[in-house]
Amino acid sequence: MTDPDARTDDDKLRAGSRGEAAGTAKQEPKVGSTPQGAERDLGVQEEMPENTVVPAGADSLEVIAVREGMFGVQGSGDTSGYGGLRRPVVMPGASPRPYGGWFDEVADRLADGLGADAQAAVEKVVVHRGEMTIHLRREHLVTTAQHLRDDTGLRFEVCSSVSGVHYPEDTGRELHAAYHLLSMTHNRRIRLEVSVPDSDPHIPSVVAVYPTADWHEREAFDFFGIVFDGHPSLTRILMPDDWPGHPQRKDYPLGGIPVEYKGATIPPPDTRRTYG
Amino acid sequence: MSTAMGNPTAGASPGASPGASLAGDPYAPQQDTVAGPVFTVTGQDWDAVVAGAAEAEDERVVVNMGPQHPSTHGVLRLILELDGETVTEARCGIGYLHTGIEKNMEFRTWTQGTTFCTRMDYLAPFSYEAAYSQAVERLLDIEGDIPQRAQDMRVLLLELNRISSHLVAIATGGMEIGALTVMTIGFRERELVLDLFELITGLRMNHAFIRPGGVAQDMPPGALEQIREFIKLMKKRLPEYAAFCNANPIFKGRLVGVGHLDLAGCLALGTTGPALRSTGYPWDLRRTQPYWGYDTYDFDVVTWDSCDAYGRFRIRLEEMWQSLRIVEQCADRLGNSEGDPVIVADKKIAWPAQLAVGSDGMGNSLDHIRHIMGESMEALIHHFKLVTEGFRVPPGQAYAAVESPRGELACHAVSDGGTKPFRAHFRDPSFVNLQATSILSEGGMVADVIVAIASIDPVMGGVDR
Repeated sequence: MTDPDARTDDDKLRAGSRGEAAGTAKQEPKVGSTPQGAERDLGVQEEMPENTVVPAGADSLEVIAVREGMFGVQGSGDTSGYGGLRRPVVMPGASPRPYGGWFDEVADRLADGLGADAQAAVEKVVVHRGEMTIHLRREHLVTTAQHLRDDTGLRFEVCSSVSGVHYPEDTGRELHAAYHLLSMTHNRRIRLEVSVPDSDPHIPSVVAVYPTADWHEREAFDFFGIVFDGHPSLTRILMPDDWPGHPQRKDYPLGGIPVEYKGATIPPPDTRRTYG
Repeated sequence: MSTAMGNPTAGASPGASPGASLAGDPYAPQQDTVAGPVFTVTGQDWDAVVAGAAEAEDERVVVNMGPQHPSTHGVLRLILELDGETVTEARCGIGYLHTGIEKNMEFRTWTQGTTFCTRMDYLAPFSYEAAYSQAVERLLDIEGDIPQRAQDMRVLLLELNRISSHLVAIATGGMEIGALTVMTIGFRERELVLDLFELITGLRMNHAFIRPGGVAQDMPPGALEQIREFIKLMKKRLPEYAAFCNANPIFKGRLVGVGHLDLAGCLALGTTGPALRSTGYPWDLRRTQPYWGYDTYDFDVVTWDSCDAYGRFRIRLEEMWQSLRIVEQCADRLGNSEGDPVIVADKKIAWPAQLAVGSDGMGNSLDHIRHIMGESMEALIHHFKLVTEGFRVPPGQAYAAVESPRGELACHAVSDGGTKPFRAHFRDPSFVNLQATSILSEGGMVADVIVAIASIDPVMGGVDR
């Protein structure tokens, strides 16, 4: 990341891949790049499949990070010939209609129920690997969840799980919370995802809607530092009360000590060579 | 176990006499706090606590039970507020067994991940391997490519595991209320299942056997015969549990009506598994969202309609019968598919060789070693790359759920296209079900707390991960 050209290119990638408006799949994705900094689009990408792993079936892409080189070697020590390789890490982006199956039914019903708020609440809908993810803006999370629970046509009665994910290079949206909802009535599962910046890690709590989210939100707070506003007692749950930091964030080291075995020293897992 | 007496004004007088015996113990001091005097009960000092309680104006006592109490089903800490013998508030303290497994998985390859998640819930390890493998396979988009024989072996192991897990649930639950014979016979039968695991996977626990793409090994010779013998024996032994417990007036006196949780409570708290089915709702992911051909097996979803600990016991007992039925069908199917592959055909994912038991016990396949060391440089490179670097999983996220013995167990796997999980989060059924502790025990007797907790059968290794 020392090359100024590279940085500009990186910024272009971000701007190109993330639309301003909610739920629009109109953006033209720019993925993949050569060491020279030239941009290539999806079609050209076919020639260099090793550069980018493009999720199958995705119509727009979400760049969350850029990988450089190979074998985890940084700087001039890389004699592998891969030192100049730059590969954007792209997650599946917004899916266009129709989503297929009952996904459209859920999306329509939700949009009807939310009324005028629908456009503001839903950032985008991603259908990938047969699972539906509705990305929500945090201000609308609780009302949307309430609606998903109570509407007879949706009836997501159970919140199975809440998991935090930390994307350190996804600037402005570093912390994600994924809510896995289950409708036993209709035998469906969807995922709600809320993204917040690291500098303002506040998400409204859904405990009032789903009491089971109590411990899940405490866990996400404990491990990621996501603050769930309105939670009845947001305290650490698995780590000791006085623990510093939030251990499952990517910037929190794994820790460990080198182990000596038959004269050789094996470094701790987080300092070993990685294949990125 | 420490207790705090309710009356803050009780002050020093009860503190002085009981404190004497513990004065020299820096880890168990007797102290006065703003919430009243605190006693650390270490045995043979009950008189001091009683004397202290007699001094207090009311009968309010806060008992800190665990985390090393033998009746709390593991390192679970219960904070109970008692009014006499009635529980007015119950809260759980967890985290004593947290080992950072999810964090560790982010530093190992996708294949090694199964070695870590199998250590979460040590009573149902295969369910964890199963949920994880299913999530990874979904991200790889190879769910349809898993060979039939691998799917049958997975179902076989999952159902054997359900039997062993339910046996421990019944055994330890019985032990905690004094039914020691149930405990001894429960562990006796579990040993038979563990012997089968050892035969098939090589290990009694920490198997890492169900892997993304299939299973690690084919069935060893003679395994099917042993399984059939086990089924025959279990059909004789399982009725013993029913004979000991089902109509036993003491057993029923302890369990019937205890730990009440109705359907609305289950849904609000996310409670699944036997606790949900004890409300009469036949929700079992093996039926409702079948995976690996569960829809082709002949078995019943067991329900009970009493919403209590007794219903959960009866469900577990009957589920062992149903699991035996499935194991029987698995054995027949496996007998017909001898020699079929047990891992995906894709050589970029599948391990290049099956292991063999060597003279050193390490299990390397000599044929494979001859091939990579003596015959093919490409095979050696390929083996090296796959084993050290691992395979890449396309970016995205997947949530795969299986019906573990304790309820819905799911893995939320996130990949950034690398060779290691970007994030693997487990929705642990024990973790979620434990949230019901308050509603199960509040308003009941203190002795019923043990029964209520045992009826949801939490395993702390899974709760704390």
